[in-house]
Amino acid sequence: MMKTLRQIAGAALTTLPMLAVANYDVNIPAPHSPISNQIYGLHMEILWVCLAIFVVVFGVMFYSVFAHRKSKGAVAAHFHENTTIEIIWTLIPFLILGFMAWPATQTVLAMKDASNPDMTIKVTAYQWKWQYDYLNDGLKFYSTLSTPRDQIGSPEQHGKPTNEHYLLETDNNVVVPVGKKIRLLITANDVIHGWYVPQLGVNQYGIPGFIKDSWFQASEPGIFRGQCSQICGKEHGYMPIVVEAKSAEDYAIWVKEQKTKQAAAEGHDKVSLADPVTR
Amino acid sequence: MEATHDHAHEDHSHHPTGLARYFFTTNHKDIGSMYLWFSLIMFFVGGFMALVIRAELFQPGIQIVNPDVFNQLTTIHALVMIFGAVMPAFVGFANWQIPLMVGASDMAFARMNNWSFWLMPPAATLLVGSFLVPGGAAGSGWTLYPPLSIQGGISVDMTILAVHIMGASSIMGSINIVTTILNMRAPGMTLMRMPMFVWTWLITAYLLIAVMPVLAGAVTMLLTDRHFGTHFFNAAGGGDPTMFMHIFWFFGHPEVYIMILPAFGIISHIIPTFARKPLFGYASMVYATSSIALLSFIVWGHHMFTVGMPAAGNLFFMYATMLIAVPTGVKVFNWIATMWKGSMTFETPMLFAVAFVSLFTIGGFSGLVLAITPVDITLHNTYYVVAHFHYVLFSGAIFSIMGGAYYWLPKWTGHMYDEKLGKVHFWLTTISFNITFFPQHFLGLAGMPRRIPDYATQFTEFNQISSVGAFLLGFSQLLFLYVIIKCIRGGAKAEAKAWEGAEGLEWTVPSPAPYHTFETPPAFH
Amino acid sequence: MDNAIARKNAVLARKLVIIALIMGGFGLALVPFYRQICEATGISQSRIVAQKASGEVDMARLVTVEFVASNSNGLNWTFEAIDKMVQVHPGQQTVVHYRVVNNTGRRIVAQAVPSYAPTEAAPFFKKLQCFCFDQQTFAPGESRDMQVIFVVEPGLPADVQRISLSYTFFDVTAEPGVKG
Repeated sequence: MMKTLRQIAGAALTTLPMLAVANYDVNIPAPHSPISNQIYGLHMEILWVCLAIFVVVFGVMFYSVFAHRKSKGAVAAHFHENTTIEIIWTLIPFLILGFMAWPATQTVLAMKDASNPDMTIKVTAYQWKWQYDYLNDGLKFYSTLSTPRDQIGSPEQHGKPTNEHYLLETDNNVVVPVGKKIRLLITANDVIHGWYVPQLGVNQYGIPGFIKDSWFQASEPGIFRGQCSQICGKEHGYMPIVVEAKSAEDYAIWVKEQKTKQAAAEGHDKVSLADPVTR
Repeated sequence: MEATHDHAHEDHSHHPTGLARYFFTTNHKDIGSMYLWFSLIMFFVGGFMALVIRAELFQPGIQIVNPDVFNQLTTIHALVMIFGAVMPAFVGFANWQIPLMVGASDMAFARMNNWSFWLMPPAATLLVGSFLVPGGAAGSGWTLYPPLSIQGGISVDMTILAVHIMGASSIMGSINIVTTILNMRAPGMTLMRMPMFVWTWLITAYLLIAVMPVLAGAVTMLLTDRHFGTHFFNAAGGGDPTMFMHIFWFFGHPEVYIMILPAFGIISHIIPTFARKPLFGYASMVYATSSIALLSFIVWGHHMFTVGMPAAGNLFFMYATMLIAVPTGVKVFNWIATMWKGSMTFETPMLFAVAFVSLFTIGGFSGLVLAITPVDITLHNTYYVVAHFHYVLFSGAIFSIMGGAYYWLPKWTGHMYDEKLGKVHFWLTTISFNITFFPQHFLGLAGMPRRIPDYATQFTEFNQISSVGAFLLGFSQLLFLYVIIKCIRGGAKAEAKAWEGAEGLEWTVPSPAPYHTFETPPAFH
Repeated sequence: MDNAIARKNAVLARKLVIIALIMGGFGLALVPFYRQICEATGISQSRIVAQKASGEVDMARLVTVEFVASNSNGLNWTFEAIDKMVQVHPGQQTVVHYRVVNNTGRRIVAQAVPSYAPTEAAPFFKKLQCFCFDQQTFAPGESRDMQVIFVVEPGLPADVQRISLSYTFFDVTAEPGVKG
């Protein structure tokens, strides 16, 4: 504990200058799907509206704080109501909210429309890994954290995170064809989990006994990382999601490879597919 | 004390001394003080947990606590702060101030008042003591979502029992408060002439009476699912875990307003006092508070946008949530209009009030961002949400509690607190609060989930800044404790009307307020 | 405090206690209320019983129905849809099969729970026969094919062209009151 306190004190002196040099994410990561694109736009729009309101309203307040102080000889006025102004400042927010609600409604409807998919992947969450079931291609595999445990460490044996994608890497990535509408059927085996990949605009709980649909469309090839978004027990922080969007040709090659692998595995042990890997 | 006694009454002036005094007391001032001390202790207990959490999050990798202990800390930190620190603090204010403000001699049910308080320490012991049982405390998050909470050990049962006891205490307290307010006001004090703090507490007490039983029902069902083979939340028997979320948040969202409406009340006293100008738009304040309370019953779904509700459900809850911005905005405008053309001074309570208005509004804006369903999809359960609710609960609820404490300390103790130290405490708190929580907005936008003990390396810098801020924030509160103790022990003598611009019945009794006040109802003009 | 006020206080307190009790009752009433809503919208079907279809067949329309299978915690057996996808005309009676292979080495009593995506399709999906109506008992090593007979009602909203039906098997062997 004391050691940590010292570390924290030390960092207090070093972090502030670091702000100027490092390249931080201070916003939603670059969107890579139609929905996350809309989300990004909505957030920016609302952020600017809020900032504008903040500047105007608190401009007034801080002007008052500086100008109407007793030490400057201000004498208190006695007004305590004004129906006109009270009606105006009740109505204006309604208009602003309407202006925000309209585009948001369009996005909600688009988000919820998982019809006409090009393919469907069933996602099953386990404590603490994901299972992907490609319903159209007949592929099925588990995906677990691939960061070595000694990098994570423990209170006794502190870890040393060195991997570039520490905690955001898996043994089997979810590979999808780029530009195709991928429908997800999300469920869970034990407790509630959340399949969350911000750059693709998906955050959906998996609930035991229920399937919930969602969808995304990767707009360009790339690797998109996310994590479980709902607390699900001890290793909640250790069940990442990595989506790899590939061109149609590369995707076809990947499917072929996986089928070969899967056939070989099935030959070895027929049961292994149905059996969740237990740690 | 007897010397300063205005309405000394033979038979009433005896009271036990020492421990027995506090154990058996039915005096609203004693009980109010006990609530406030209890709350302060729990604030430090919950704060200690927060510091362990922030120390673990200082850098990636596990250094201090195991992931399961980390989950227990986040769970109990939340429960302790909500049910142990914020709510009892407001009940403490209510006990002290409501009888003084409405001109009543005590709370309506003085004996029950004692019981409501003495339920709290055992409940807190159960909650905090659950760390010591095998398997440790509940680690499912304070929302106790099944099936995860079904998996937990005996500590989950202890948590459920603690929630039951605290719920019972709140309901008893609320019945007392509503009755005191409705039946025991001084002659001439009509509802629309009541002090704003009394109004906000009246509405809050009704909210508590309405939603605490619902929470009790939800956790009872959890308990029977755990031990008696029912299937309320288990799909195998026709139940649904989502139903728990619905019932929980039907309680949970009004609960959020339970923690902020009395804060609005306190701020509505501090600002007029130090602006030396009456509160602007009293009637619209009352209507705004009531509409916030009513709206709070129909917005719970915004905690559940990622559950997979039908589009119509998502849209309904989005629109309803956005509507809350209107009455909340009205309140902020009214406070600013109260300051406008006032004759302001900036003693510590006013500093906290001005910080409250600005920082709470930041929390309100992030709330508006989160209300937009699609944006919530990308921010749900990230640090953005953590930043949002700390802006509304810390720089909202807790700033108002601190401001209120400085404001009424002269009345409670008879001494002025150390103004210089109070200001130092304010600036340390405000600056370190922002260092702690502002960067968490960035973490959330970048996609860092909440309730994780370890994180990807790109989140390191903002977590470090946040942890440094948290330690500053935590240790600054020792100064708060010091100022309070110093003020109790001595200081400049406070006058009956401790602040030049203060209005209201509580400022007509001497400072410190005598043990018995308003035994004959005062005249109210 | 004079007696008149004390009496007034007691009356008000009694009213407030009644409000609290009503709200407690309301909390519990949310359970059946929620189930009603879920039944109506198809989010879940708590009482799983045979349903009747209305009869008419809409030959002009084809709907894709997809079948998936899941297991819940601790049920490490093989459960799969044999017919993974069918195309049906609304109103047409269709039979599909699921298979369980109990490779756990112990006797298992299990309950299957259906769920649909999109949820708005659920009220129009009628099961005439289903292994999910009852708890199923499987001997160790047993392999069983089970059928579902269903009809998609012609009233299905026009924008729904694909329905996913998922069954999740829950192990209820250890539950109190389980026979078999």
